[in-house]
Amino acid sequence: MKTESVLEKVLASGELAVTGECGPPRGALPEVVQEKAAMLKGYVDAVNVTDNQTAMVRMSSFAASVFLRQMDLHPVFQMVTRDRNRLAIQGDIIGAYSHGINTMLCLSGDHPKFGDHAMAANVHDLDSLQLIQTVRGMRDEGLFQGGAEIKNPPKMFIGAAANPFADPFELRVARLAKKVKAGVDFVQTQCIYNIDKFETWMEGVRERGLHEQVYIMAGVTPMKSAGMARYMKNRVPGIDVPDEMVKRMAGVPKDKQAQEGIDICIESIERLRQIEGVSGFHIMAIEWEEKVPEIVKRAGLYPRPQV
Amino acid sequence: MITAERKPMDEIMGMIDGCGRILLVGCNECVTVCAAGGRKEVALLAAGLQMASMKKGRALDVREMTLERQCDPEYVEELAPHIDQVDAVVSMACGCGVQEVARRFKKTPVYPALNTKFMGASEGPGIWAERCQGCGDCLLGLTGGICPIARCAKRLMNGPCGGSTNGKCEIGNDVDCAWHLIWERMKELGIEDRYEDVIAAKDWRTGRGNGPRKILREDLA
Ligand code: SF4
Ligand code: SF4
Repeated sequence: MKTESVLEKVLASGELAVTGECGPPRGALPEVVQEKAAMLKGYVDAVNVTDNQTAMVRMSSFAASVFLRQMDLHPVFQMVTRDRNRLAIQGDIIGAYSHGINTMLCLSGDHPKFGDHAMAANVHDLDSLQLIQTVRGMRDEGLFQGGAEIKNPPKMFIGAAANPFADPFELRVARLAKKVKAGVDFVQTQCIYNIDKFETWMEGVRERGLHEQVYIMAGVTPMKSAGMARYMKNRVPGIDVPDEMVKRMAGVPKDKQAQEGIDICIESIERLRQIEGVSGFHIMAIEWEEKVPEIVKRAGLYPRPQV
Repeated sequence: MITAERKPMDEIMGMIDGCGRILLVGCNECVTVCAAGGRKEVALLAAGLQMASMKKGRALDVREMTLERQCDPEYVEELAPHIDQVDAVVSMACGCGVQEVARRFKKTPVYPALNTKFMGASEGPGIWAERCQGCGDCLLGLTGGICPIARCAKRLMNGPCGGSTNGKCEIGNDVDCAWHLIWERMKELGIEDRYEDVIAAKDWRTGRGNGPRKILREDLA
């Protein structure tokens, strides 16, 4: 075991791991974090805490992660390279680790153009892959990126994102391989709606034996409505929603669409768990955390293992 | 080349408010090529400023000059005989030219008529696009001759983000994804396997990280 991370322990035990997501609020509202977290407690092994998601200012991932720790939940501390240089990044990592946060996710972040501070300078001192390298160096060599020694180095279980649906598709296995080379321990994928395409990607992943070097958690997001399905299909870069899925959502009456979305999500998990190399699920129920218990239970992922 | 665009008329008029006589100075290099501050643009702006002043009921005397290179003291010197006769210089060079004029003539205000944009290349008639950010330690040998620092919206050095779609960047359909271009080029060159060589965190000291930069060539000094 490289770390004390509960997520690492569950993954290493061979059980399918489950992570959820908590998007911090746009204001000093600790109770919002606590309410969301409470809904997930007991149903997931760890909770991703997003970092200025969609390039909108929110309570910091660090602060919200500390609230989760206080509730004895295990945050996956997300960090984007957009908002911080390597000094701030490493300072936050040792700070987070000092608060008992031992799992993180290294991301580049959405472009500021999509958020409410389009006028902001984006930093990108490091890219997401160099961030993985940095965190690994801090943990395994006990050195800061600049080369100096760290006293009590942070032992982070290192995650990253993988998007099998973005272009160029043929590069996407190599992209994962490169993250593995940089030292990533687990990846969470973009939400999967096109399972056929995901299977093709996983074939390529297995051909290179990457599934044996990195834990792959399949990302799923239940859709609330046909409108949301259409929006994701047409507006969100890097998300692939097949036409059949939009049709299926649109084919049920409006008041039943939410339930249909949950059903689709559970069916997806059932199909995805058959795929060799899938080590768990990352359930991103955006502003719909109350549905996570139902999804986890009906998908047969409950109770969560005690490690 | 260095690219630039002219500032809005109102902004330029605001800067020279109260001036009766100005020296409007173009440059024969980059800004001529990108049609922002060459002889032709100097003439156009001169006429425009005079017209705008007339509308306000004021007279404006504009002297036009276009230097061979406004970022070079040797040519900037050509302004010396005229400088005392004007209230201000309006420069149509890039920011380097504006500053060179300001450095030489301490007592005369110099105003920029252009917004200097980026180092780029022409992609067709009337189109210029960014190509280089002068990072001081060129990576192009590793990335198939396409710069991820200047051309990837997130400056990613190790591959495309999750937003790359049909060859376009997530920020908009009018921007090519640099990593898509790099990948295509690597395939053409038959060096796809090199994609997996990790490019380590950059030392930005060769760029702006170390403060304003200078080149000193002993052999020429
Ligand atoms: S790598 Fe640096 S020097 Fe080379 S083109 Fe890009 S910004 Fe310019
Ligand atoms: S889409 Fe391509 S160019 Fe745009 S930010 Fe992502 S990798 Fe960079």
